[in-house]
Amino acid sequence: MSTGKHAKTPTNSGAGTRLTGAEIMWATLEGEGVSVVFGYPGGAILPAYDALRKFPIRHVLVRHEQGAAHAADGYARASGKVGVAIATSGPGATNLVTGIATAMLDSVPMVCITGQVSSKVLGTDAFQEVDITGITLPVTKHNYVVTRAEDVAKTIREAFLVARSGRPGPVLVDITKDAQQGLAEFDFAAAAPKPHRPHPMLKTESASILQAADLIRSAKKPVILAGHGIMQSSACQQVLTFAERMRIPVASTLLGLGAFPASHPLSLGMMGMHGEAWVNHAIQQADLLIACGMRFDDRVTGTLATYAPNAKKIHIEVDPAEINKNVKVDVALIGDLKEALEALLPHLPPKSTKHESAWLKEIESSKGEVAVRDIKNLPDSGHLYAAHVIHDLWRATEGKAIVVTDVGQHQMWEAQYYKHNEPRTLITSGGLGTMGFALPAAIGAKIACPDKEVWVVAGDGGFQMTAAELSTAAQEELDLNIAVVNNGYLGMVRQWQEFFYEKNYQSSPLRSPDFVKLAEAHGIRGTAVRKRPEVLPAVKEARGHKGPFVINFLVEKEDSVYPMIPAGSALHEMIRRPNRNPLVETADDK
Amino acid sequence: MLHTFVALVEDKPGVLTRVASLFRRLNINIVSLTVGHSERAGVSRMTIVCEASPTAGHRIAASLYKLENVLQVDDIGQLSHVARELALIKVAATPQTRSQVFELAEVFRARIVDLAPESLMIEITGVESKIEGLIQVLNEAGDRILEISRTGRMVMRRGQHTSKVLDAMRVPGVETIAEFQAEEDSAAPSDLLMAEETGL
Repeated sequence: MSTGKHAKTPTNSGAGTRLTGAEIMWATLEGEGVSVVFGYPGGAILPAYDALRKFPIRHVLVRHEQGAAHAADGYARASGKVGVAIATSGPGATNLVTGIATAMLDSVPMVCITGQVSSKVLGTDAFQEVDITGITLPVTKHNYVVTRAEDVAKTIREAFLVARSGRPGPVLVDITKDAQQGLAEFDFAAAAPKPHRPHPMLKTESASILQAADLIRSAKKPVILAGHGIMQSSACQQVLTFAERMRIPVASTLLGLGAFPASHPLSLGMMGMHGEAWVNHAIQQADLLIACGMRFDDRVTGTLATYAPNAKKIHIEVDPAEINKNVKVDVALIGDLKEALEALLPHLPPKSTKHESAWLKEIESSKGEVAVRDIKNLPDSGHLYAAHVIHDLWRATEGKAIVVTDVGQHQMWEAQYYKHNEPRTLITSGGLGTMGFALPAAIGAKIACPDKEVWVVAGDGGFQMTAAELSTAAQEELDLNIAVVNNGYLGMVRQWQEFFYEKNYQSSPLRSPDFVKLAEAHGIRGTAVRKRPEVLPAVKEARGHKGPFVINFLVEKEDSVYPMIPAGSALHEMIRRPNRNPLVETADDK
Repeated sequence: MLHTFVALVEDKPGVLTRVASLFRRLNINIVSLTVGHSERAGVSRMTIVCEASPTAGHRIAASLYKLENVLQVDDIGQLSHVARELALIKVAATPQTRSQVFELAEVFRARIVDLAPESLMIEITGVESKIEGLIQVLNEAGDRILEISRTGRMVMRRGQHTSKVLDAMRVPGVETIAEFQAEEDSAAPSDLLMAEETGL
């Protein structure tokens, strides 16, 4: 994450200006470059809301505080800036928690501001009092309680520094009502945080650089593992240069998709539990893995005992606590990925591109027929598969939309069938796997990038968790396209029950409202799609429509995501589609 | 195995919770935790002893660094250091049985710091094994121990100046490391110190 200067001079600033804590809060946010916040008012934060009208900051009213946190998260992921969510004390604050944890697990820079009861009654179980700093302690990068107006500016400025520095993450600032009401002198510049304390473990030693360069030069079967950190560090160009110069194929984590262009010949696609067979085989066969800004999550390694047994491992990572956490590595370059790669590149003479290495040929040959996931020209069989929906969506949008997914089968299908060439175009909850994330996060993403086309891809289960945010999208008149992949099940749960629980579909079938009527009730246009030929026209209609648009895709009910590595299995022990389904997997696009 | 960490942390409310919570989250039991002022205003010094796998040291230190209030962490491990613990032990003793306890205390270089008609209090400083040794002989001698209060282990590395971060931050009032080190490292520990370490 860059620690670039975002600060600008706020509306009311300079030594000698006396403001209320609430005014200082907004002025400081403005100074930190905030132009939009997502929130929900309530008693303990009312002084802040009262002061908002004096500041050029847009407030987006969500329908539930979880939505505010996800929207701030989506805003941050789409823009690279720090997202801001605001809530009142007590239930308002606790409703943020899922969203904060989501941002924490995916290292998203976010500042949450909560109101708190007056400092005089702190700890007395006052109305709507909750110990939110205690509650969020394990799911924030750091949090603060502010009880005096004079501490507001410096605390918020420090919160922004912490949120965006090193490995980014969410920071919560809990401001008591009396701190919002009290008067204090406001001087934005004087409130600047002291430089972040040096991290003694953050050092990319030149010996390690040379060691890494040696391993890379002598590797016969190297693979780059591309993670979310590439985007956080703005190192897409460096990774591209590195891969091209050394002719190394690139496998991506779910959150790394888009960091390396999917259409690039060296791109393998997604690794891990639902990664393509050849990607995981390449990792298992590799003699060198270069992990860039990824953390060897259990969803990408399978069982650790058999993970990439022949490979030396180089881990380039900004968080020292990730080194040797899951996978023991041979060389660790601890520091900013971009800087580390820039230090590494001069030691790597380019490889000739005339003769592709045996390694790339080996991977290419292992792709076989299943590599062709392009299903455009398949005959219509009367069935509608989620794969069709995602594929046609990719086609229609030319892969250029920002897609915000929920969690479950549709999320994996999106990762498999929508090819992302640009960073920050796939926004998804990877680490925490938060259902209900998509719609509010997409609201944040659309507000961050108003000129980009934004699509929600959600399942019928997750969509209903935060469907109330439809009215936020309507109120804000957002040009947001919403695709509900509706199979009448909690699909991924059903899939696990099918594979591992003898098809005991306990509590996974669900009856949903008519999403088109639900949309209409919000004053939003909607349409239902039941057959393959209806997909593209519906997508086209949504894209042409001004304002939110809901498409209810009624897809095959009991389809599963293949291939799949069962949790705890080795990366090469995958479940393949039992009878190859020609509708979904094969065919050619000529 | 037992790990010992020295952490310099900001002296603010809630910092102890953050540190303790980190160990809770890693499912590691804290054996002892000692907190007090350091050589610098606003900075507290913690000595944390915990039971964890031999390879856990790096992860714990790195995780401690992730806490914003933690300024510096030293994983003492096998590094040359001095470790001490202080214990107050209250033993049931009448005027008739006191002398035996006095003798034991004398052997362990402990001090009697309080006398009451039915009890006395021993203050002992040393490494854990020395304190445990005294407790053991008191038990074996049939003296009834009424109360024990132990501070937990405090450690300081020999020679090496731990406040490297403060130094790197050029905090006024903290001298540079290099000057100290050369002379302190060369000084051999005295016999007395060695004797303390071995327990007697």
